[in-house]
Amino acid sequence: MACVTVKHLWKEYGDQVVLENLNLHVADREFVTIIGASGCGKTTFLRMLLGVEQPTKGQLLIDGQPVPAEPGPDRGIVFQRYSLFPHLSVLDNLMLGLEFSGSRWLGKLFGARRREAAEKAESLLEAIGLHTARDKYPSQLSGGMQQRLSIAQSVIREPKILLLDEPFGALDPGITADMHEIILRLWQANRMTIFMITHDLKESFQLGTRLLVFDKRRHDPHAPERYGATVTYDIPLNRKKHSAPTPPLTAELVR
Amino acid sequence: MPRLVNLYPSRGSALALGALPFLILIAAYLFGSAARLAENPDDKLLPAPSAFVDTLKSYAVEEDRRSGEVLWWLDTGASMKRLLIALAISAFIGIVGGLAIGALPVVRSLLGPFVAALAMIPPLAILPILFIVLGLGEVAKIALIVFGVAPCIVRDVSLRAGELPKEQLIKAQTLGASSWLLSTRVILPQLWPRLIDALRLTLGSAWLFLIAAEAIASTEGLGYRIFLVRRYMAMDVILPYVIWITLLAYTMDWLLRLARARFFPWAESR
Repeated sequence: MACVTVKHLWKEYGDQVVLENLNLHVADREFVTIIGASGCGKTTFLRMLLGVEQPTKGQLLIDGQPVPAEPGPDRGIVFQRYSLFPHLSVLDNLMLGLEFSGSRWLGKLFGARRREAAEKAESLLEAIGLHTARDKYPSQLSGGMQQRLSIAQSVIREPKILLLDEPFGALDPGITADMHEIILRLWQANRMTIFMITHDLKESFQLGTRLLVFDKRRHDPHAPERYGATVTYDIPLNRKKHSAPTPPLTAELVR
Repeated sequence: MPRLVNLYPSRGSALALGALPFLILIAAYLFGSAARLAENPDDKLLPAPSAFVDTLKSYAVEEDRRSGEVLWWLDTGASMKRLLIALAISAFIGIVGGLAIGALPVVRSLLGPFVAALAMIPPLAILPILFIVLGLGEVAKIALIVFGVAPCIVRDVSLRAGELPKEQLIKAQTLGASSWLLSTRVILPQLWPRLIDALRLTLGSAWLFLIAAEAIASTEGLGYRIFLVRRYMAMDVILPYVIWITLLAYTMDWLLRLARARFFPWAESR
């Protein structure tokens, strides 16, 4: 379960108002896509859900509880880049989340527990088509492969909420179709609520069950920082495809 | 004709080009030495190659008549022991301090300015203090090297820790990492290659402090020997010792570079 409630949320940096009076309720397992001009607070909103920024005023609740003030395993994140660990192989990158939860002091698993974690990671690797690259380092992967790995890495701890900050923004348009398929499969298999920022209008309509447009309602040309952005359009996207029966590959992922 | 910036020498010619300055230096020495010796056979400034062979024999093969030791190896052993102990201590301080300052904002506020100030004190200026407090033995010499090298390594390593993308650290937290696991499994492993780089860069100053300490208070060591025979203008001893020191330092640098490539392949070619 992860429904997100936003009540009269304001975010200001000194005199600069970034978000003003944001009100929102997002149900469990919703796939929310967010678009808007740059600098209109989309990423700030995501960072508040992540816990690295705090609201100035108002409330941001997950299942009725305020969002903790630091990142945690209940909220996964995929950034545009830099979210892989360069010193770990592909498999180790994927297993890291399991090793963190399984070993408090060493952060490493051994023996049967390691095999168990490796099995889980390998089935996930297979599902994202990276099985042959399991022993490579991230710098040896293409951008698309890196992002696939980063997404898989984020879901391995089975977060309630997955946050995607323009995950495909730096990729070739040609490979985004694959990425969409993977993210939809993982979303269905893992029962997450997803928030995804994108610059691609088509993508935002195609993927989401709900589209939010962030924009400023008021604008003062002499003081552009005076007013903040808020959700100006909230468009439900009812798509049959999302409720289709689970494809076989996904069944593997649901353990 | 390509631009000069695009002109890459082949492997063979690169080797030849690299050897060229060495050959020129040797040729210039031989020429100068021959010219001076022709004028005055007793000239001590640029001894003939045969003089080096004699010196090497009496220092590196034969035992010293007074002490019964082979001086060359006695000096090398004493100096290397001091240097390696000091570098090991510095590396330890560097990685622990760098990690703590780089990973924990509280420690950064506490120690950052202090280490920065410490690194600015000229180590040779406190050498007298070290000799007064720690005596003239081995401890003071090792302390001088550590004092000269460790703060720089701490700063360099902590800078590297600060350079790690914020995204990585946030990601690790969303995977459930505690401060401890974040430090040991995410930050620390990425600091090792930088520690090696920092050691390589400070190797030169480590040798400088070693020789300075040995020159002032010691009974054996490479630096001690050079300054001892200076009184007799014994260039036939000083020059081989200098070349030997250079060779040792170069080998250490090379070994560190090899270790980096061997143990941290992910950090290469970026």
